[in-house]
Amino acid sequence: MARGIDRRLALGTLAAGLAAPALGRTPFVVDGAGRQVPIPARVARVFPAGPPAAILLYTLAPDLLIGWPRANRPEEREFLLPEVGSRPEVGRITGRGNTANLELVLALKPDLIVDSGSVRRTFAELADRVQGQTGIPYALLDGRFEATAGSLVTLGQLTGRDERSRHLATWCDETMKTLLSRIDGVPAERRPRVYYARGPRGLETGLAGSINVETVEFLGAVNVARDGVGGGLAQVSLEQVLAWNPEVIVTIDQTFAANVRSDPAWRGVKAVADGRVHLSPKLPFGWVDFPPSVNRMAGLWWLAKILYPALVPEDIRALTRDFYTLFYHVTPGDAQIDRVLKGRD
Amino acid sequence: MQPLRSLGGGAVAASVLVLGIVVAFAVGRFPVSLADIVVALWSRATGVPSGLSPAVEAVVFQIRGPRVLAALACGAALAVAGAAFQGLFRNPLVSPDILGASSGAALGAVLAILLSFGIFGIQAAAFAGGLLAVAAVYAVGSTIRSGDPILTLVLTGVVLGSLLGAGVGLVKVLADPYNQLPAMTFWLLGSLSATSPADLVPLIAPVVLGALVLIALRWRMNALSLPEEEARALGLPTGLLRVAIIAAGTLTTAASVAAAGIIGWVGLVVPHLARFLVGPDFGRLIPASALLGGGYLLLIDTLARTLGPVEVPLGILTAVIGTPFFIWLLASSRGGWS
Repeated sequence: MARGIDRRLALGTLAAGLAAPALGRTPFVVDGAGRQVPIPARVARVFPAGPPAAILLYTLAPDLLIGWPRANRPEEREFLLPEVGSRPEVGRITGRGNTANLELVLALKPDLIVDSGSVRRTFAELADRVQGQTGIPYALLDGRFEATAGSLVTLGQLTGRDERSRHLATWCDETMKTLLSRIDGVPAERRPRVYYARGPRGLETGLAGSINVETVEFLGAVNVARDGVGGGLAQVSLEQVLAWNPEVIVTIDQTFAANVRSDPAWRGVKAVADGRVHLSPKLPFGWVDFPPSVNRMAGLWWLAKILYPALVPEDIRALTRDFYTLFYHVTPGDAQIDRVLKGRD
Repeated sequence: MQPLRSLGGGAVAASVLVLGIVVAFAVGRFPVSLADIVVALWSRATGVPSGLSPAVEAVVFQIRGPRVLAALACGAALAVAGAAFQGLFRNPLVSPDILGASSGAALGAVLAILLSFGIFGIQAAAFAGGLLAVAAVYAVGSTIRSGDPILTLVLTGVVLGSLLGAGVGLVKVLADPYNQLPAMTFWLLGSLSATSPADLVPLIAPVVLGALVLIALRWRMNALSLPEEEARALGLPTGLLRVAIIAAGTLTTAASVAAAGIIGWVGLVVPHLARFLVGPDFGRLIPASALLGGGYLLLIDTLARTLGPVEVPLGILTAVIGTPFFIWLLASSRGGWS
């Protein structure tokens, strides 16, 4: 499977990085886009090009994070290291829609720029260009959910945090393997049919194959929105949802989750009638969808328990505490875990 | 052109509309037979239990029914405002957003999405944004006292509209790219997919009010196409008339945009189609535009929700269908505008 490939890629990257000094050249790693990124001699400050990279970096090496693409809100900061969660907003580098000025990036004197997301040509060329303009190594990590562990390892090599990165990557790998092996035996016809609802009316959804439903699809559930064009977000009508008649609805919208049970129009949907509408936790970062980074790993156990309650006996509260302690460097109390699990802001 | 008119363009428009309503009720992604729809309506009217499944009832009364009514209201709203504004500005290329109603509504809506307002908050902000934008255009336009007042007003509308568009762009840059930005994009492309029964009153009340004003003024609009001095010589209070038409047209447009997002082309194309059917006399043109606009958007929306499982944004369909249609209309009704 793809994870095997990622691991081989990660090992290959490691080998390349170690072999390079023997050739008398700057050591480098191969990033998610297959680009050779020089390993900076000393890494003390890292500029995250977007929210996914910022979260990845925060979980691995919070001390290196220069700032956040978007400032965290107070309720989010509660689940982050106080001195890091409140670091300033520095904008994002995203192709033409830059909000971070490259001169500002330079003024912040980063030793490394990290982006995580699509590794297609557009973004690889953007990375090359920024690296050329600023002279700062720019690593583009693969943002796909399945590549999370590999991206952590690559970032570990770039920042000299190999040991911790491998520890986190192993946690991700084991979580994914454990859950997949349990689901493996579920026959196709018993796989839950899921509708992923966004927007206050629940009528925006991620089509099959979109980044928004990676966690749902990773767990072998059937995304009912599978026969649309392309693989992004789309708008559908409630009539269409009734026709799909999903067994489970996963949503990230509080308004929708609060209203759907009392809305007569939704009463005919099986998931609503059966009380299987689930609001995803989102503090400090979303559990199933956005930003698409390692934060989704927290949601994997939660989602697995929703989709296959019989196969996941683990206590989600304990898992939440462990994940937050390991990845976010804070141990939430019971009341905080309650709030997180309710999906409130 | 003449044979069509003698057939009774109004009758043509009305029958297209009735046919459109029947088709719209009968088709959709959730299979409901025409017989079931009749049973559901009959049961609702008489109070006798229909015996239909809750899902079928929900489709008829909660989803498809409200959506059909909303499409009719939005289409009629945009078309009457378009017809009135084309007459008012003596220009066939004018659409109801000429005075910034749509861009103001767009800015209101994206700001509301940025600030995480609820559904009604977004619609209210869009409605208020539309009205405020036109009020601002009118205020600025009437303080400039040089040259042709109508031309000044149109130019002010274009300029302020583009400023508001820049504001929309700024808000999109500031938006969270994972959640708010897609929501803004969907809203700006226009859709009726999320219409619920609760949306109908805030949509239909201002549309009916504005349309009634325009229908009441329809005979006087003919005089507005005369040069300013001639109209005044006839004893028409042209300034007052103009304000009333702008206010009524803005009311219908803002209500439509608040409910359905930005839907271009309807307000531009439909009045031409109506003129083709009933001639340039506003006495008949305004009611015919309302009928045709409702039918036209209903048809487009029926396509939007039946073409595939995913909704095609209305703004895209109206442009794709409207452009060739408009070109054909231009070619075939040469001299029709006068």
